Amino acid sequence: MIPLILKIIRTGIVSEPVPPPREEFRQANSLRPEQIHRDLLEILGRALAIRQVDAGSCNGCEIEIHALNNPYYNLEGLGIRFVASPRHADMLLVTGPVSRHMERALRIAYEATPDPKLVVAVGECGCNGGVFGESYASCGAVSNVIPVDVSVPGCPPPPLAILQGILTAVAANAELRSR
Amino acid sequence: MRIPGLSLGFIPLPGAVPAALAQVNSVEWNEAARVVHESGRKLVALWGADNRDRDGTFAMFAAYAVDTGLAVIALPIAQSSATEIPCYPELSGMFPVANRMQRAVYDLLGIQASDASDQRPWLRHAAWPEGTFPLRRDFDGAQHCDNPPEAYPFVRVAGDGVHEIPVGPIHAGIIEPGHFRFSIVGEKVLRLEARLGYTHKGIDKRFENFTVADGGRLAGRVSGDSTVAYAWAYAQAAESLMAIAPPARATWLRALMLERERVANHLGDLGALGNDAAFAFGLSQFTRLKEDWLRWAGAALGHRFMMDCIVPGGVTRDLSSENAERLARLAYDVEKELQVLRHIYYEHAGLQDRFITTGRVTAQLALRLGLTGLAARASGQTRDLRVTHPAAPYDELNVKAACRRNGDAAARVAVRFDELFESLRLIRMILHKLPAGELCTDLPVPRPGAMGFGWVEGWRGEVLVALEAGAGGMIRRCHAHDPSWQNWPILEHAAMDNIVPDFPLINKSFNLSYSGHDS
Repeated sequence: MIPLILKIIRTGIVSEPVPPPREEFRQANSLRPEQIHRDLLEILGRALAIRQVDAGSCNGCEIEIHALNNPYYNLEGLGIRFVASPRHADMLLVTGPVSRHMERALRIAYEATPDPKLVVAVGECGCNGGVFGESYASCGAVSNVIPVDVSVPGCPPPPLAILQGILTAVAANAELRSR
Repeated sequence: MRIPGLSLGFIPLPGAVPAALAQVNSVEWNEAARVVHESGRKLVALWGADNRDRDGTFAMFAAYAVDTGLAVIALPIAQSSATEIPCYPELSGMFPVANRMQRAVYDLLGIQASDASDQRPWLRHAAWPEGTFPLRRDFDGAQHCDNPPEAYPFVRVAGDGVHEIPVGPIHAGIIEPGHFRFSIVGEKVLRLEARLGYTHKGIDKRFENFTVADGGRLAGRVSGDSTVAYAWAYAQAAESLMAIAPPARATWLRALMLERERVANHLGDLGALGNDAAFAFGLSQFTRLKEDWLRWAGAALGHRFMMDCIVPGGVTRDLSSENAERLARLAYDVEKELQVLRHIYYEHAGLQDRFITTGRVTAQLALRLGLTGLAARASGQTRDLRVTHPAAPYDELNVKAACRRNGDAAARVAVRFDELFESLRLIRMILHKLPAGELCTDLPVPRPGAMGFGWVEGWRGEVLVALEAGAGGMIRRCHAHDPSWQNWPILEHAAMDNIVPDFPLINKSFNLSYSGHDS
């Protein structure tokens, strides 16, 4: 027990500041943690719940999505967490390309997510099919199967870009509602 | 190259992998399988090809790991009429791992393993109907041919109080898709049956749109967590069929990348294994180390996973002396932290209670089912290609293979720790001995019909790439084999008699690739 406690103390808090917005994704507001909490509360009235769906990826994007939960990015500290069911989710975070074998499962997950819902497509393949393209086995981009709000390019996009994509979708949604 | 007791006309292939290819008839096909099986050697991969445009036949390939290297056996299969189903003698009786590969070959090519007891579809779900074979040359890969969902005949377990839990294809966590069917009594798993294939992206067919020189981009995305292993295996295959050798500095940098990939994945798995046993401390510590590790690659090599850094002919990125120094320091720091974390993991009674005896695979079962990679080394099988068939620069690195005997989740954790320390040692050695020189050689235009093989010990196990050049520098056929083909079936055995809540832990202790398997 003593080595464990020592290790925790010596490691300290390594969480880093939240990244600035990315113009190319969409204009997002200030991204200080307090602001994100406020935005999330205002928009959703609660923390942001994400259901991640791998619709056929090579698993590279999944590794980077996992990394968002590491102490540097500390996603849960921002009030954003991954949930086990689409029925509990505000957002679907989908990686692709959407394989034809997963097309039906993805549609069912989308329908099971309560409105209003956000969809973020992650990775080159999720955006446009990537190296796999469209074929007998691949539907290509996520937007070929379900409506997508924000697409994050990159093969795979690094964790910060994925986080920016998530925040961009939330901010875009806020803009839409305030109109 | 020879298989002891058989006289097959093996033609040795040039390149880093000790591989040889022999054309056989169906009697020799059976004989070769029997001899390899009886000597306790392994079937690495099984795939097919449509050569009707060339000589009117289909072909089946079986790659065996024998003492002298990779023995690949090719069986031409004539088709007397267009409607006849071409057949070859099945292998799953001797090599249980062949079962799913044979079903996959039928789904994609319509070549059937005669007398195989299990003829259920494997990779074919809703994307194409029975009787359509996407890997045949007369099939247009760009077309859509949807198929209404079909029920898959799972094996049913009957008895008092037995019921089923269906899980997937979308799982509860951030994981790849696949379906697991548990038959349970109370909390105890009586039987687990997996149904995979959901992430099938038609990669084998897709390869036909790439040139031999450029195909590494696709190979590096068969399974993203093993991108270095695939890219290297692909480069080996391409270099073999073009009869060229990469510069020395490139092979050393490739080994550096492969060991870095092993460290990154083992760090991630050890954290996730802690987490699946409700030890969140482990997740946060190991994911922190992994992030440090990936950031170095992002800064020094331009990509956190080192994707596209290895290409046929060499590597695309060099290592500056400052970055080499930074990596040496980082490796030293990670090693120091690992010593503390290993002590904490091994001494934590609650954690060990979850690990020990969980998901046990005995050495006999591992041998019989042909387990590979780190999972095999946790069940007393010392096979490691870096030791048994060391391609340069491993012949100068004197790799020590990890080996544990218990075959449980605890053993797979221990193997990961052992391999981490060994890989960190190798990284230090590579940085020390890294030769100067060119990064890449020029590529000649490949000769149509030339074949080459790549065979690399990735962090999960043996990755094999079989490559054949076509006209105009294009790929005629490329088959990328993931070690998960070997290890998925064993998961069904490992889960038996365990409780359902331990399944995520058992699954994670293997951490198999869905994408690599379904490809």
